[in-house]
Amino acid sequence: MTIAIGFEGSANKIGIGIIRDGDVLANVRETYVTPPGCGFLPKETAAHHRKQILGILKEALRVANIEPKEINVVCYTKGPGMAPPLLTVAIVARTVAQIWNKPILGVNHCIGHIEMGRLITGAKNPTVLYVSGGNTQVIAYSNKKYRIFGETIDIAVGNCLDRFARIIKISNDPSPGYNIEQLAKKGTKYIPLPYTVKGMDISFSGILSAIEKKVLPDRGNKNRRKPLPVEEEAHHEDLCYSLQETIFAMLVEITERAMAHCGSNEVLIVGGVGCNERLQEMMGLMCKERGSKLFATDEKFCIDNGVMIAHAGWEMFRSGTRMKWEDATITQRFRTDDVQVTWNVADE
Amino acid sequence: MTTPQIIKQGAEAKLYIGKYNEKRCLVKERFVKTYRLTEIDKTLTKARIKAEQKTTKRCENAGILVPKVYNVDFNERKVYMEYFDKAMTVKEFIVQVQKEKKLEELDMLMKRIGEVIGKFHANNIIHGDLTTSNMLINPKENDYDLIMIDFGLSSFSTSHEDKGVDLYVLERALLSTHSDLPDLFNSILKHYKDINPSTETIRKFEEVRARGRKRTMIG
Ligand SMILES: Nc1ncnc2c1ncn2[C@@H]1O[C@H](COP(=O)(O)OP(=O)(O)O)[C@@H](O)[C@H]1O
Ligand SMILES: [Mg+2]
Repeated sequence: MTIAIGFEGSANKIGIGIIRDGDVLANVRETYVTPPGCGFLPKETAAHHRKQILGILKEALRVANIEPKEINVVCYTKGPGMAPPLLTVAIVARTVAQIWNKPILGVNHCIGHIEMGRLITGAKNPTVLYVSGGNTQVIAYSNKKYRIFGETIDIAVGNCLDRFARIIKISNDPSPGYNIEQLAKKGTKYIPLPYTVKGMDISFSGILSAIEKKVLPDRGNKNRRKPLPVEEEAHHEDLCYSLQETIFAMLVEITERAMAHCGSNEVLIVGGVGCNERLQEMMGLMCKERGSKLFATDEKFCIDNGVMIAHAGWEMFRSGTRMKWEDATITQRFRTDDVQVTWNVADE
Repeated sequence: MTTPQIIKQGAEAKLYIGKYNEKRCLVKERFVKTYRLTEIDKTLTKARIKAEQKTTKRCENAGILVPKVYNVDFNERKVYMEYFDKAMTVKEFIVQVQKEKKLEELDMLMKRIGEVIGKFHANNIIHGDLTTSNMLINPKENDYDLIMIDFGLSSFSTSHEDKGVDLYVLERALLSTHSDLPDLFNSILKHYKDINPSTETIRKFEEVRARGRKRTMIG
Protein backbone atom coordinates (compact mmCIF):
# COMPACT_ATOMS: atom_id res chain seq x y z
CA MET A 1 0.00 0.00 0.00
CA THR A 2 1.37 3.38 -1.01
CA ILE A 3 -0.15 6.74 -0.12
CA ALA A 4 0.89 9.79 -2.14
CA ILE A 5 0.03 13.44 -1.53
CA GLY A 6 0.16 15.83 -4.49
CA PHE A 7 0.54 19.62 -4.59
CA GLU A 8 -0.50 21.47 -7.75
CA GLY A 9 -0.36 25.20 -8.42
CA SER A 10 1.16 25.77 -11.85
CA ALA A 11 -1.56 28.21 -12.94
CA ASN A 12 -4.59 29.80 -11.28
CA LYS A 13 -5.75 26.68 -9.41
CA ILE A 14 -4.24 25.57 -6.15
CA GLY A 15 -5.03 21.97 -5.27
CA ILE A 16 -3.92 19.21 -2.95
CA GLY A 17 -4.91 15.59 -3.44
CA ILE A 18 -4.25 12.35 -1.62
CA ILE A 19 -4.40 8.95 -3.27
CA ARG A 20 -3.93 5.40 -2.01
CA ASP A 21 -3.26 2.84 -4.74
CA GLY A 22 -5.74 4.39 -7.14
CA ASP A 23 -8.32 5.34 -4.48
CA VAL A 24 -8.85 9.08 -4.26
CA LEU A 25 -8.88 9.96 -0.55
CA ALA A 26 -9.00 13.75 -0.97
CA ASN A 27 -9.21 16.29 -3.78
CA VAL A 28 -9.36 19.86 -2.48
CA ARG A 29 -9.00 22.87 -4.75
CA GLU A 30 -9.41 26.65 -4.91
CA THR A 31 -9.39 28.84 -8.02
CA TYR A 32 -8.01 32.35 -8.29
CA VAL A 33 -10.78 34.16 -10.16
CA THR A 34 -9.99 37.55 -11.71
CA PRO A 35 -12.51 40.25 -12.72
CA PRO A 36 -13.98 40.22 -16.28
CA GLY A 37 -11.51 41.49 -18.83
CA CYS A 38 -8.48 40.53 -16.71
CA GLY A 39 -6.19 37.53 -16.92
CA PHE A 40 -4.29 36.12 -13.94
CA LEU A 41 -0.83 37.53 -13.39
CA PRO A 42 2.11 35.61 -11.86
CA LYS A 43 2.61 37.69 -8.72
CA GLU A 44 -1.05 37.91 -7.73
CA THR A 45 -1.59 34.23 -8.48
CA ALA A 46 1.31 33.27 -6.24
CA ALA A 47 -0.08 35.49 -3.48
CA HIS A 48 -3.45 33.77 -3.80
CA HIS A 49 -1.86 30.33 -3.55
CA ARG A 50 0.22 31.37 -0.53
CA LYS A 51 -2.91 32.48 1.27
CA GLN A 52 -4.87 29.31 0.48
CA ILE A 53 -2.37 26.49 0.60
CA LEU A 54 -2.19 25.71 4.33
CA GLY A 55 -5.97 25.71 4.71
CA ILE A 56 -6.26 23.38 1.74
CA LEU A 57 -3.59 21.09 3.18
CA LYS A 58 -5.42 20.79 6.51
CA GLU A 59 -8.71 20.17 4.71
CA ALA A 60 -7.16 17.49 2.49
CA LEU A 61 -5.72 15.63 5.47
CA ARG A 62 -9.05 15.94 7.27
CA VAL A 63 -11.09 14.64 4.32
CA ALA A 64 -8.64 11.79 3.71
CA ASN A 65 -8.73 11.03 7.41
CA ILE A 66 -5.06 10.14 7.59
CA GLU A 67 -2.06 11.19 9.64
CA PRO A 68 0.97 12.65 7.83
CA LYS A 69 3.02 9.68 9.02
CA GLU A 70 0.91 7.36 6.86
CA ILE A 71 2.01 9.19 3.70
CA ASN A 72 4.77 7.49 1.70
CA VAL A 73 5.71 10.22 -0.77
CA VAL A 74 5.20 13.96 -1.23
CA CYS A 75 4.66 15.00 -4.86
CA TYR A 76 4.50 18.47 -6.36
CA THR A 77 4.30 20.02 -9.84
CA LYS A 78 7.79 20.70 -11.11
CA GLY A 79 6.49 22.35 -14.30
CA PRO A 80 5.49 23.53 -16.83
CA GLY A 81 3.73 26.64 -15.60
CA MET A 82 4.19 30.11 -14.16
CA ALA A 83 7.30 30.41 -12.03
CA PRO A 84 5.99 32.33 -8.97
CA PRO A 85 3.00 30.08 -8.22
CA LEU A 86 5.04 26.93 -9.02
CA LEU A 87 7.67 28.09 -6.55
CA THR A 88 5.14 28.88 -3.82
CA VAL A 89 3.74 25.38 -3.98
CA ALA A 90 7.14 23.68 -4.30
CA ILE A 91 8.38 25.42 -1.16
CA VAL A 92 5.41 24.19 0.86
CA ALA A 93 5.80 20.66 -0.52
CA ARG A 94 9.50 20.65 0.33
CA THR A 95 8.84 21.98 3.80
CA VAL A 96 6.23 19.37 4.71
CA ALA A 97 8.39 16.62 3.23
CA GLN A 98 11.20 17.74 5.53
CA ILE A 99 8.95 18.02 8.57
CA TRP A 100 7.31 14.66 7.94
CA ASN A 101 10.61 13.14 6.85
CA LYS A 102 9.24 11.78 3.56
CA PRO A 103 10.78 11.46 0.09
CA ILE A 104 9.87 14.14 -2.46
CA LEU A 105 9.07 13.83 -6.18
CA GLY A 106 8.67 16.57 -8.78
CA VAL A 107 6.01 15.68 -11.35
CA ASN A 108 5.41 16.88 -14.91
CA HIS A 109 2.01 18.57 -14.96
CA CYS A 110 1.02 17.12 -18.36
CA ILE A 111 1.94 13.59 -17.30
CA GLY A 112 -0.26 14.17 -14.24
CA HIS A 113 -3.25 14.90 -16.49
CA ILE A 114 -2.65 11.87 -18.65
CA GLU A 115 -2.14 9.37 -15.82
CA MET A 116 -5.13 10.70 -13.90
CA GLY A 117 -7.28 10.42 -17.03
CA ARG A 118 -6.17 6.85 -17.58
CA LEU A 119 -6.87 5.94 -13.95
CA ILE A 120 -10.38 7.43 -13.88
CA THR A 121 -11.53 6.19 -17.29
CA GLY A 122 -9.63 2.92 -17.61
CA ALA A 123 -8.31 3.86 -21.04
CA LYS A 124 -5.37 1.58 -21.84
CA ASN A 125 -3.22 3.05 -24.58
CA PRO A 126 -5.19 5.98 -25.97
CA THR A 127 -4.42 8.81 -28.32
CA VAL A 128 -4.52 11.70 -25.85
CA LEU A 129 -5.86 15.15 -26.62
CA TYR A 130 -4.45 17.46 -23.98
CA VAL A 131 -6.21 20.81 -24.06
CA SER A 132 -5.83 23.52 -21.45
CA GLY A 133 -5.00 27.16 -20.93
CA GLY A 134 -1.35 26.66 -21.80
CA ASN A 135 -1.26 23.43 -23.77
CA THR A 136 -2.66 21.90 -26.92
CA GLN A 137 -1.08 18.58 -27.73
CA VAL A 138 -1.99 15.30 -29.36
CA ILE A 139 -0.02 12.61 -27.57
CA ALA A 140 0.50 8.88 -27.87
CA TYR A 141 2.71 6.52 -25.91
CA SER A 142 5.53 4.67 -27.57
CA ASN A 143 8.97 3.48 -26.64
CA LYS A 144 8.96 4.65 -22.97
CA LYS A 145 7.74 8.18 -23.59
CA TYR A 146 4.53 10.06 -24.21
CA ARG A 147 5.29 11.36 -27.69
CA ILE A 148 3.84 14.55 -29.08
CA PHE A 149 2.34 13.89 -32.51
CA GLY A 150 0.62 17.21 -32.92
CA GLU A 151 0.79 20.53 -31.17
CA THR A 152 -0.22 24.15 -31.50
CA ILE A 153 2.29 26.13 -33.49
CA ASP A 154 1.30 29.38 -31.77
CA ILE A 155 -1.09 29.82 -28.82
CA ALA A 156 -2.93 27.19 -26.79
CA VAL A 157 -6.64 26.58 -27.29
CA GLY A 158 -7.49 27.64 -23.72
CA ASN A 159 -5.46 30.78 -24.19
CA CYS A 160 -7.43 31.55 -27.34
CA LEU A 161 -10.74 31.07 -25.47
CA ASP A 162 -9.57 33.08 -22.43
CA ARG A 163 -8.40 35.97 -24.56
CA PHE A 164 -11.65 36.05 -26.45
CA ALA A 165 -13.55 36.02 -23.15
CA ARG A 166 -11.50 39.04 -22.08
CA ILE A 167 -12.24 40.87 -25.34
CA ILE A 168 -15.99 40.52 -24.86
CA LYS A 169 -15.57 40.96 -21.09
CA ILE A 170 -17.42 37.91 -19.87
CA SER A 171 -17.01 36.57 -16.36
CA ASN A 172 -14.01 34.45 -15.31
CA ASP A 173 -16.14 32.71 -12.69
CA PRO A 174 -15.86 29.72 -12.56
CA SER A 175 -13.77 29.94 -15.73
CA PRO A 176 -13.91 31.89 -18.99
CA GLY A 177 -14.20 28.67 -20.97
CA TYR A 178 -17.25 27.57 -19.02
CA ASN A 179 -19.00 30.88 -19.69
CA ILE A 180 -18.17 30.77 -23.39
CA GLU A 181 -19.69 27.29 -23.46
CA GLN A 182 -22.91 28.60 -21.88
CA LEU A 183 -23.17 31.53 -24.31
CA ALA A 184 -22.41 29.24 -27.25
CA LYS A 185 -25.42 27.10 -26.35
CA LYS A 186 -27.63 30.09 -27.19
CA GLY A 187 -25.83 30.89 -30.44
CA THR A 188 -27.64 30.03 -33.67
CA LYS A 189 -25.83 31.70 -36.51
CA TYR A 190 -22.49 30.39 -37.77
CA ILE A 191 -20.06 33.20 -38.55
CA PRO A 192 -17.22 31.92 -40.76
CA LEU A 193 -13.77 31.94 -39.16
CA PRO A 194 -10.39 30.78 -40.43
CA TYR A 195 -9.75 27.06 -40.04
CA THR A 196 -6.08 26.12 -39.72
CA VAL A 197 -4.72 22.62 -39.39
CA LYS A 198 -1.23 21.72 -40.59
CA GLY A 199 -0.98 17.95 -40.63
CA MET A 200 -1.34 16.97 -36.99
CA ASP A 201 -0.39 20.48 -35.88
CA ILE A 202 -2.79 23.35 -35.38
CA SER A 203 -2.85 27.16 -35.17
CA PHE A 204 -5.20 29.51 -33.30
CA SER A 205 -3.69 32.97 -33.61
CA GLY A 206 -5.35 33.69 -36.98
CA ILE A 207 -8.77 32.78 -35.59
CA LEU A 208 -8.28 35.00 -32.56
CA SER A 209 -7.42 38.06 -34.61
CA ALA A 210 -10.26 37.36 -37.07
CA ILE A 211 -12.87 37.08 -34.33
CA GLU A 212 -11.46 40.11 -32.55
CA LYS A 213 -12.21 42.15 -35.65
CA LYS A 214 -15.79 40.94 -35.65
CA VAL A 215 -16.27 42.20 -32.10
CA LEU A 216 -14.72 45.62 -32.43
CA PRO A 217 -14.82 46.91 -35.98
CA ASP A 218 -13.07 50.16 -34.94
CA ARG A 219 -10.38 48.49 -32.91
CA GLY A 220 -7.65 50.81 -34.11
CA ASN A 221 -9.36 53.89 -32.66
CA LYS A 222 -9.60 53.66 -28.88
CA ASN A 223 -11.67 56.86 -28.48
CA ARG A 224 -14.52 55.55 -30.57
CA ARG A 225 -14.59 52.29 -28.65
CA LYS A 226 -17.91 52.39 -26.84
CA PRO A 227 -19.81 49.68 -24.96
CA LEU A 228 -21.72 47.29 -27.15
CA PRO A 229 -25.49 47.82 -27.31
CA VAL A 230 -27.69 45.26 -25.60
CA GLU A 231 -28.99 43.80 -28.86
CA GLU A 232 -25.44 42.76 -29.65
CA GLU A 233 -25.62 40.19 -26.89
CA ALA A 234 -27.00 37.84 -29.54
CA HIS A 235 -23.98 38.62 -31.67
CA HIS A 236 -21.72 37.56 -28.79
CA GLU A 237 -23.61 34.30 -28.48
CA ASP A 238 -23.16 33.64 -32.19
CA LEU A 239 -19.46 34.45 -31.94
CA CYS A 240 -18.99 32.06 -29.00
CA TYR A 241 -20.87 29.38 -30.90
CA SER A 242 -18.84 29.89 -34.08
CA LEU A 243 -15.56 30.01 -32.19
CA GLN A 244 -16.27 26.76 -30.38
CA GLU A 245 -17.55 24.96 -33.45
CA THR A 246 -14.48 25.97 -35.44
CA ILE A 247 -11.71 25.29 -32.95
CA PHE A 248 -13.26 22.07 -31.66
CA ALA A 249 -13.65 20.78 -35.23
CA MET A 250 -9.95 21.47 -35.70
CA LEU A 251 -9.06 19.64 -32.48
CA VAL A 252 -11.17 16.63 -33.39
CA GLU A 253 -9.60 16.59 -36.84
CA ILE A 254 -5.98 16.52 -35.61
CA THR A 255 -6.90 13.85 -33.07
CA GLU A 256 -8.36 11.75 -35.87
CA ARG A 257 -5.25 12.33 -38.00
CA ALA A 258 -3.05 11.03 -35.17
CA MET A 259 -5.32 8.02 -34.64
CA ALA A 260 -5.18 7.09 -38.32
CA HIS A 261 -1.43 7.55 -38.38
CA CYS A 262 -0.83 5.49 -35.21
CA GLY A 263 -3.55 2.92 -35.82
CA SER A 264 -5.15 3.71 -32.47
CA ASN A 265 -8.79 3.14 -31.49
CA GLU A 266 -9.04 4.95 -28.16
CA VAL A 267 -9.16 8.66 -27.41
CA LEU A 268 -8.66 10.26 -24.02
CA ILE A 269 -9.38 13.97 -23.53
CA VAL A 270 -7.61 15.67 -20.62
CA GLY A 271 -6.95 19.24 -19.46
CA GLY A 272 -9.28 22.05 -18.47
CA VAL A 273 -10.83 22.57 -21.92
CA GLY A 274 -11.54 18.83 -21.96
CA CYS A 275 -14.56 19.18 -19.68
CA ASN A 276 -16.38 21.16 -22.39
CA GLU A 277 -19.38 19.01 -23.22
CA ARG A 278 -19.61 20.11 -26.83
CA LEU A 279 -15.99 19.10 -27.42
CA GLN A 280 -16.70 15.73 -25.82
CA GLU A 281 -19.82 15.30 -27.94
CA MET A 282 -17.95 16.09 -31.17
CA MET A 283 -15.09 13.76 -30.27
CA GLY A 284 -17.64 11.05 -29.46
CA LEU A 285 -19.20 11.39 -32.92
CA MET A 286 -15.81 11.12 -34.60
CA CYS A 287 -14.99 8.03 -32.56
CA LYS A 288 -18.30 6.42 -33.46
CA GLU A 289 -17.58 6.93 -37.16
CA ARG A 290 -14.24 5.19 -36.73
CA GLY A 291 -15.50 2.42 -34.46
CA SER A 292 -13.32 3.80 -31.67
CA LYS A 293 -13.88 4.61 -28.04
CA LEU A 294 -13.88 7.96 -26.26
CA PHE A 295 -12.75 8.46 -22.67
CA ALA A 296 -13.26 11.74 -20.87
CA THR A 297 -13.59 13.00 -17.32
CA ASP A 298 -15.59 15.76 -15.64
CA GLU A 299 -14.33 19.00 -14.09
CA LYS A 300 -13.23 17.27 -10.84
CA PHE A 301 -10.33 15.64 -12.65
CA CYS A 302 -10.08 17.49 -15.99
CA ILE A 303 -9.29 20.81 -14.39
CA ASP A 304 -5.92 21.11 -12.64
CA ASN A 305 -5.97 19.32 -9.29
CA GLY A 306 -3.68 17.84 -6.70
CA VAL A 307 -4.74 14.22 -7.11
CA MET A 308 -3.32 14.03 -10.63
CA ILE A 309 0.08 15.03 -9.27
CA ALA A 310 -0.27 12.56 -6.41
CA HIS A 311 -1.22 9.76 -8.79
CA ALA A 312 1.50 10.39 -11.38
CA GLY A 313 3.95 10.65 -8.49
CA TRP A 314 2.57 7.39 -7.11
CA GLU A 315 3.32 5.69 -10.47
CA MET A 316 6.83 7.12 -10.51
CA PHE A 317 7.49 6.19 -6.88
CA ARG A 318 6.21 2.63 -7.27
CA SER A 319 8.39 2.10 -10.31
CA GLY A 320 11.48 3.16 -8.39
CA THR A 321 11.93 6.82 -9.32
CA ARG A 322 13.55 8.88 -6.56
CA MET A 323 14.54 12.53 -6.55
CA LYS A 324 17.51 14.12 -4.80
CA TRP A 325 16.74 17.15 -2.65
CA GLU A 326 18.86 19.39 -4.80
CA ASP A 327 16.77 18.36 -7.83
CA ALA A 328 13.48 19.29 -6.19
CA THR A 329 13.28 22.52 -8.16
CA ILE A 330 10.79 24.01 -10.59
CA THR A 331 10.93 24.79 -14.31
CA GLN A 332 8.59 26.91 -16.43
CA ARG A 333 9.24 24.80 -19.51
CA PHE A 334 8.97 21.06 -19.13
CA ARG A 335 7.80 19.15 -22.18
CA THR A 336 5.65 16.03 -21.95
CA ASP A 337 8.25 14.12 -23.98
CA ASP A 338 11.08 15.10 -21.61
CA VAL A 339 9.80 12.50 -19.13
CA GLN A 340 11.15 8.96 -19.27
CA VAL A 341 8.20 6.71 -18.41
CA THR A 342 9.35 4.15 -15.85
CA TRP A 343 5.97 2.59 -15.10
CA ASN A 344 3.97 0.24 -17.21
CA VAL A 345 1.70 1.93 -19.78
CA ALA A 346 1.18 -0.52 -22.61
CA ASP A 347 2.47 -3.94 -23.51
CA GLU A 348 5.11 -3.42 -26.12
CA MET B 1 -25.02 -1.70 -55.88
CA THR B 2 -23.02 -3.75 -53.41
CA THR B 3 -21.26 -1.94 -50.63
CA PRO B 4 -17.66 -1.48 -51.60
CA GLN B 5 -14.88 -3.04 -49.56
CA ILE B 6 -13.13 -0.31 -47.58
CA ILE B 7 -9.40 -0.91 -47.92
CA LYS B 8 -8.24 1.90 -45.67
CA GLN B 9 -9.69 4.53 -43.41
CA GLY B 10 -7.22 7.38 -43.58
CA ALA B 11 -6.95 10.55 -41.59
CA GLU B 12 -10.14 11.91 -43.09
CA ALA B 13 -11.36 9.72 -45.90
CA LYS B 14 -12.47 6.18 -46.60
CA LEU B 15 -10.72 4.46 -49.50
CA TYR B 16 -12.05 1.60 -51.57
CA ILE B 17 -11.60 -0.03 -54.94
CA GLY B 18 -13.97 1.21 -57.61
CA LYS B 19 -14.27 1.77 -61.31
CA TYR B 20 -13.83 4.76 -63.52
CA ASN B 21 -14.65 4.29 -67.23
CA GLU B 22 -14.51 0.54 -66.72
CA LYS B 23 -11.02 0.89 -65.31
CA ARG B 24 -10.16 -0.35 -61.82
CA CYS B 25 -9.18 2.57 -59.60
CA LEU B 26 -9.03 3.82 -56.07
CA VAL B 27 -11.93 5.88 -54.76
CA LYS B 28 -11.16 8.31 -51.96
CA GLU B 29 -14.37 9.43 -50.33
CA ARG B 30 -14.37 12.32 -47.90
CA PHE B 31 -17.54 11.16 -46.16
CA VAL B 32 -19.72 13.58 -44.18
CA LYS B 33 -18.26 14.30 -40.77
CA THR B 34 -21.28 14.60 -38.51
CA TYR B 35 -19.22 16.06 -35.67
CA ARG B 36 -18.75 19.37 -37.44
CA LEU B 37 -21.25 21.95 -38.69
CA THR B 38 -22.57 21.30 -42.18
CA GLU B 39 -21.23 24.68 -43.33
CA ILE B 40 -17.72 23.87 -42.12
CA ASP B 41 -17.87 20.32 -43.44
CA LYS B 42 -18.99 21.36 -46.92
CA THR B 43 -16.47 24.16 -47.28
CA LEU B 44 -13.55 22.03 -46.11
CA THR B 45 -14.47 19.02 -48.21
CA LYS B 46 -14.79 21.06 -51.36
CA ALA B 47 -11.53 22.92 -50.76
CA ARG B 48 -9.68 19.70 -50.07
CA ILE B 49 -10.93 17.87 -53.13
CA LYS B 50 -9.91 20.88 -55.19
CA ALA B 51 -6.48 20.95 -53.55
CA GLU B 52 -6.03 17.25 -54.25
CA GLN B 53 -6.80 17.80 -57.92
CA LYS B 54 -4.69 20.93 -58.38
CA THR B 55 -1.63 19.71 -56.53
CA THR B 56 -1.67 16.46 -58.46
CA LYS B 57 -1.36 18.50 -61.67
CA ARG B 58 1.41 20.68 -60.25
CA CYS B 59 3.35 17.64 -59.07
CA GLU B 60 3.05 16.00 -62.47
CA ASN B 61 4.39 19.15 -64.08
CA ALA B 62 7.28 19.21 -61.62
CA GLY B 63 8.11 15.59 -62.34
CA ILE B 64 7.05 14.32 -58.91
CA LEU B 65 5.53 10.83 -58.85
CA VAL B 66 1.89 10.90 -57.68
CA PRO B 67 -1.26 8.86 -58.34
CA LYS B 68 -3.07 10.07 -61.46
CA VAL B 69 -6.42 11.66 -60.72
CA TYR B 70 -9.03 10.38 -63.16
CA ASN B 71 -11.99 12.32 -61.94
CA VAL B 72 -13.45 14.22 -59.03
CA ASP B 73 -17.08 14.32 -57.96
CA PHE B 74 -17.91 17.16 -55.59
CA ASN B 75 -21.46 16.01 -54.96
CA GLU B 76 -20.41 12.54 -54.00
CA ARG B 77 -17.27 13.87 -52.31
CA LYS B 78 -15.08 11.47 -54.25
CA VAL B 79 -11.72 11.49 -55.95
CA TYR B 80 -11.07 8.68 -58.46
CA MET B 81 -7.38 7.93 -58.71
CA GLU B 82 -4.72 5.52 -59.75
CA TYR B 83 -4.35 2.58 -57.35
CA PHE B 84 -0.95 1.14 -56.51
CA ASP B 85 -1.97 -2.30 -55.33
CA LYS B 86 1.52 -3.45 -54.39
CA ALA B 87 2.47 -0.31 -52.52
CA MET B 88 3.05 0.10 -48.81
CA THR B 89 3.40 3.29 -46.80
CA VAL B 90 6.85 4.59 -45.90
CA LYS B 91 5.82 4.12 -42.26
CA GLU B 92 5.24 0.40 -42.85
CA PHE B 93 8.42 0.17 -44.90
CA ILE B 94 10.56 1.70 -42.13
CA VAL B 95 9.11 -0.69 -39.55
CA GLN B 96 9.81 -3.62 -41.86
CA VAL B 97 13.38 -2.48 -42.54
CA GLN B 98 13.96 -2.22 -38.79
CA LYS B 99 12.60 -5.72 -38.21
CA GLU B 100 14.76 -7.18 -40.95
CA LYS B 101 17.75 -5.17 -39.69
CA LYS B 102 18.42 -3.64 -43.10
CA LEU B 103 19.00 -0.14 -41.78
CA GLU B 104 21.29 0.70 -44.71
CA GLU B 105 18.10 0.89 -46.81
CA LEU B 106 17.14 4.00 -44.86
CA ASP B 107 19.92 6.19 -46.26
CA MET B 108 18.64 5.76 -49.79
CA LEU B 109 15.06 6.34 -48.67
CA MET B 110 15.88 9.53 -46.75
CA LYS B 111 17.76 10.82 -49.79
CA ARG B 112 14.71 10.26 -51.95
CA ILE B 113 12.35 11.82 -49.43
CA GLY B 114 14.61 14.85 -49.00
CA GLU B 115 14.88 15.35 -52.72
CA VAL B 116 11.17 15.01 -53.39
CA ILE B 117 10.25 17.50 -50.66
CA GLY B 118 12.94 19.82 -52.00
CA LYS B 119 11.22 19.55 -55.36
CA PHE B 120 7.85 20.35 -53.81
CA HIS B 121 9.18 23.54 -52.25
CA ALA B 122 11.34 24.55 -55.21
CA ASN B 123 8.07 24.48 -57.16
CA ASN B 124 6.20 26.39 -54.43
CA ILE B 125 4.03 23.41 -53.54
CA ILE B 126 3.25 23.07 -49.82
CA HIS B 127 2.21 19.51 -48.98
CA GLY B 128 0.50 20.43 -45.71
CA ASP B 129 0.54 16.95 -44.15
CA LEU B 130 4.01 15.48 -44.47
CA THR B 131 3.97 12.19 -42.56
CA THR B 132 5.27 8.73 -43.37
CA SER B 133 1.65 7.62 -43.87
CA ASN B 134 1.40 9.97 -46.85
CA MET B 135 4.31 8.54 -48.82
CA LEU B 136 4.14 5.24 -50.66
CA ILE B 137 6.82 2.75 -51.62
CA ASN B 138 5.84 1.14 -54.90
CA PRO B 139 8.11 -1.82 -55.59
CA LYS B 140 9.61 -2.49 -58.99
CA GLU B 141 12.29 -4.94 -60.02
CA ASN B 142 15.26 -4.53 -57.61
CA ASP B 143 14.07 -1.04 -56.78
CA TYR B 144 11.05 1.03 -55.86
CA ASP B 145 9.37 4.34 -56.63
CA LEU B 146 8.61 6.86 -53.91
CA ILE B 147 5.09 8.15 -54.50
CA MET B 148 3.68 11.16 -52.68
CA ILE B 149 -0.04 11.13 -51.78
CA ASP B 150 -2.78 12.91 -49.83
CA PHE B 151 -2.89 16.55 -50.95
CA GLY B 152 -6.04 17.58 -49.10
CA LEU B 153 -4.16 20.14 -47.01
CA SER B 154 -1.81 21.22 -49.77
CA SER B 155 -1.47 24.69 -51.20
CA PHE B 156 0.53 26.81 -53.60
CA SER B 157 2.74 29.34 -51.86
CA THR B 158 6.04 31.11 -52.29
CA SER B 159 6.20 31.95 -48.58
CA HIS B 160 9.27 30.69 -46.71
CA GLU B 161 7.21 30.54 -43.54
CA ASP B 162 4.78 28.08 -45.17
CA LYS B 163 7.67 25.94 -46.37
CA GLY B 164 9.28 26.15 -42.93
CA VAL B 165 6.06 24.97 -41.27
CA ASP B 166 5.84 22.11 -43.78
CA LEU B 167 9.31 20.95 -42.68
CA TYR B 168 8.43 21.42 -39.02
CA VAL B 169 5.32 19.25 -39.39
CA LEU B 170 7.47 16.54 -40.97
CA GLU B 171 10.09 16.72 -38.22
CA ARG B 172 7.45 16.41 -35.52
CA ALA B 173 5.81 13.46 -37.28
CA LEU B 174 9.13 11.64 -37.71
CA LEU B 175 10.31 12.18 -34.14
CA SER B 176 7.05 10.90 -32.68
CA THR B 177 6.37 8.06 -35.12
CA HIS B 178 9.89 6.73 -35.50
CA SER B 179 11.23 7.69 -32.09
CA ASP B 180 13.88 4.97 -32.15
CA LEU B 181 15.40 6.49 -35.32
CA PRO B 182 16.09 10.07 -34.23
CA ASP B 183 18.33 10.95 -37.20
CA LEU B 184 15.83 10.51 -40.01
CA PHE B 185 14.89 14.16 -40.26
CA ASN B 186 18.45 15.48 -40.37
CA SER B 187 19.26 13.08 -43.13
CA ILE B 188 16.19 14.23 -45.08
CA LEU B 189 17.08 17.87 -44.55
CA LYS B 190 20.59 17.37 -45.90
CA HIS B 191 19.27 16.09 -49.21
CA TYR B 192 16.42 18.60 -49.22
CA LYS B 193 18.97 21.41 -49.30
CA ASP B 194 20.54 19.96 -52.45
CA ILE B 195 17.29 20.61 -54.31
CA ASN B 196 15.96 23.63 -52.44
CA PRO B 197 19.03 25.53 -51.22
CA SER B 198 17.05 28.51 -49.89
CA THR B 199 18.63 29.55 -46.58
CA GLU B 200 15.57 31.69 -45.90
CA THR B 201 13.30 28.61 -45.80
CA ILE B 202 15.65 26.91 -43.34
CA ARG B 203 15.82 30.04 -41.23
CA LYS B 204 12.02 30.16 -41.07
CA PHE B 205 11.87 26.48 -40.21
CA GLU B 206 14.28 27.03 -37.32
CA GLU B 207 12.26 30.02 -36.20
CA VAL B 208 9.02 28.02 -36.10
CA ARG B 209 10.79 25.30 -34.15
CA ALA B 210 12.28 27.77 -31.67
CA ARG B 211 8.85 29.31 -31.11
CA GLY B 212 7.60 25.90 -30.01
CA ARG B 213 10.48 25.38 -27.63
CA LYS B 214 10.14 28.82 -26.07
CA ARG B 215 6.39 28.69 -25.64
CA THR B 216 5.53 28.79 -21.96
CA MET B 217 2.90 26.26 -21.10
CA ILE B 218 0.82 27.77 -18.38
CA GLY B 219 -2.35 26.04 -17.23
N1 LIG C 1 -3.11 5.73 -54.78
C1 LIG C 1 -2.97 4.89 -53.75
N2 LIG C 1 -2.55 3.61 -53.95
C2 LIG C 1 -2.41 2.77 -52.90
N3 LIG C 1 -2.69 3.09 -51.62
C3 LIG C 1 -3.12 4.33 -51.35
C4 LIG C 1 -3.28 5.29 -52.41
N4 LIG C 1 -3.73 6.44 -51.83
C5 LIG C 1 -3.85 6.20 -50.53
N5 LIG C 1 -3.49 4.94 -50.20
C6 LIG C 1 -3.51 4.35 -48.84
O1 LIG C 1 -4.62 4.86 -48.10
C7 LIG C 1 -4.19 5.62 -46.97
C8 LIG C 1 -5.07 6.84 -46.78
O2 LIG C 1 -5.02 7.64 -47.95
P1 LIG C 1 -4.87 9.23 -47.89
O3 LIG C 1 -4.93 9.76 -49.26
O4 LIG C 1 -3.66 9.55 -47.09
O5 LIG C 1 -6.20 9.62 -47.12
P2 LIG C 1 -6.45 10.52 -45.82
O6 LIG C 1 -6.53 11.92 -46.30
O7 LIG C 1 -7.72 10.05 -45.26
O8 LIG C 1 -5.27 10.30 -44.91
C9 LIG C 1 -2.75 5.94 -47.25
O9 LIG C 1 -2.01 6.14 -46.04
C10 LIG C 1 -2.28 4.73 -48.03
O10 LIG C 1 -2.01 3.66 -47.16
MG1 LIG D 1 -3.23 10.47 -45.25
